[in-house]
Amino acid sequence: MGHDAHTPDAAASVDFEQVQSTGQFQELRKRHRSFVFPMAVAFLLWYFAYVLLADYAVGFMSTKVWGNINIGLILGLLQFVSTFAITGWYVHYSNKKLDPIASEIRHEIEGHEFDKNGNRVGGANK
Amino acid sequence: MIAIPAAVDVAALKDTTLLNMGIFGLFVAVTMVIVFRASRNNKTAADYYAAGRSFTGSQNGTAIAGDYLSAASFLGITGAIAINGYDGFMYSIGFLVAWLVALLLVAELLRNTGKFTMADVLSFRLKQRPVRIAAAISTLAVCFFYLLAQMAGAGSLISLLLGISDWGGQALVIIVVGALMIMYVLIGGMKGTTWVQIIKAMLLIAGAAVMTLWVLAIYGFNLSSLLGGAVETANNPAVLNPGLQYGKSDTSKLDFMSLGLALVLGTAALPHVLMRFYTVPTAKEARKSVVWSIWLIGLFYLFTLVLGYGAAALVGADTIKSAPGGVNAAAPLLAFHLGGPLLLGFISAVAFATILAVVAGLTITAAASFAHDIYANVIAKGKADAATEVRVARRTVVVIGVLAILGGIFANGQNVAFLVALAFAVAASANLPTIIYSLFWRKFTTQGAVWSMYGGLAAAILLIVFSPVVSGAKTSMIPGANFALFPLSNPGIVSIPLAFFLGWLGTTLDKRSEDPAKQAEMEVRSLTGIGAEKAVDH
Repeated sequence: MGHDAHTPDAAASVDFEQVQSTGQFQELRKRHRSFVFPMAVAFLLWYFAYVLLADYAVGFMSTKVWGNINIGLILGLLQFVSTFAITGWYVHYSNKKLDPIASEIRHEIEGHEFDKNGNRVGGANK
Repeated sequence: MIAIPAAVDVAALKDTTLLNMGIFGLFVAVTMVIVFRASRNNKTAADYYAAGRSFTGSQNGTAIAGDYLSAASFLGITGAIAINGYDGFMYSIGFLVAWLVALLLVAELLRNTGKFTMADVLSFRLKQRPVRIAAAISTLAVCFFYLLAQMAGAGSLISLLLGISDWGGQALVIIVVGALMIMYVLIGGMKGTTWVQIIKAMLLIAGAAVMTLWVLAIYGFNLSSLLGGAVETANNPAVLNPGLQYGKSDTSKLDFMSLGLALVLGTAALPHVLMRFYTVPTAKEARKSVVWSIWLIGLFYLFTLVLGYGAAALVGADTIKSAPGGVNAAAPLLAFHLGGPLLLGFISAVAFATILAVVAGLTITAAASFAHDIYANVIAKGKADAATEVRVARRTVVVIGVLAILGGIFANGQNVAFLVALAFAVAASANLPTIIYSLFWRKFTTQGAVWSMYGGLAAAILLIVFSPVVSGAKTSMIPGANFALFPLSNPGIVSIPLAFFLGWLGTTLDKRSEDPAKQAEMEVRSLTGIGAEKAVDH
């Protein structure tokens, strides 16, 4: 039955500072940040470069390339392409590099490896 | 201007009113049945606010697209491209690229650390009371402006689609739309609302796809000749180039930069979008939701490019501008031109459904924020049981619904686009800096959060009040007065950096520091998903 408190919080007695200091978690955080931060900076720069061009380089953007299709339209459509590409890339990266290590840490916590009272139940021999 | 061949007889639209109403009535009937069925399992707060966390990523992604593709983006962007050409297209790019902020920086971490509202995340390691109050106030402010825009948009839509042009008739329709929305949310909660959004998103995308293929078929699936057609009808090659709307002066160019900033940073901080991430069982499903919504929204905006230029070519900007409903009439008029009354009826019904669904999503978000953040955690100090909290949320739904109806009647005929832009600017200024800081900056403190949220909110609203939107120009809300001290219509370029700065300043000047254990817990939880609330098992 649906109830708010139906799942006893598996993480209630966990020493999170200890988890945070493990090499495994540090690696997860490094992998996450080293992907999302540069990517966020890159797509924001690319978007604002596009906006600035459309704003202040109208002549350049209006240059016809093929038929009635001009550079502005191509760059605009490339914004769509890059958005789809970054999305796909991130999903691939998460599946390969983030999810396995995250679920590993989760299993260790759920196996009471980091309990504050020190009674190591599962995976104690590390 | 050269006379445009009258391809569309606007007067003939009135004959289709009954058909429009019939199709819309069918949509309401079908969704009502679904909402009733969905509501049978609504028992707990997690059921009511977060649909028992039982939606899949693809379902939620479709619902997010339904939430996001509001009447402003469907009718507004198609109309903007039809009238202003390329500059209208740039709106859709900002609206789409913004989703990468949600995907990369916000969605999963938020799902892992919160329960129902944005404030859950912010107050995880900061002081509950001040942070919750500030987050609830900014949530309510964003929801209010967004609601007002949708309800005001309903008025102008009605004048076109149902042929009701007198003020009283439009007010009556706004009341009907509002009352329907209150029923959806009261009965169905988040689950019912989500289903309405899923159905609406599929209808909207299908309708737009049919029209897009139709337009492309007319031009032999050659984008270049479609663009040529738009140039020919407009008799102005500049419709293909940027600058028609925003290139007029240095101020308008800066205004566009400011708008772009608010669009790209506002999306990931819209409370009704954030709340949708809680309706899925895991962070991985939250990621899938965003991926789905990026594909659907991106596809849809590609359609609007064709539809906008198609309307410019086949209907003509002058016919659109003189039609009742103005710019917003581009998509319905194109539908009428292509498929006659039946397609118009379908597109009109979808447009109504859009308003209904978006308004419902906003209302449940605002109600959850009030009941969960203000009532349960601040007034009752966490001692309220879930049943009382849901009861408060339901009452809040009625209050917000009535306010939205009154606001919609009052704001009927106001400049709709500015209200939506204001909602984005407020979200980007008041919410985003604090969300980012609290997820990624270890030293961030309560004082920083409070300064950033109130500072960003106040700056965005004050700059709007003293902008040409409110006074000092022909198109202002108060055309007679002139207290427009700020030259731009979009406050984002000032208020967003200011909010980031205040968050940093408040933190560095704070003598207190936050509990490092809480910070560790939040960081571990956000990245691993340990202890995150799972799906409610019925």
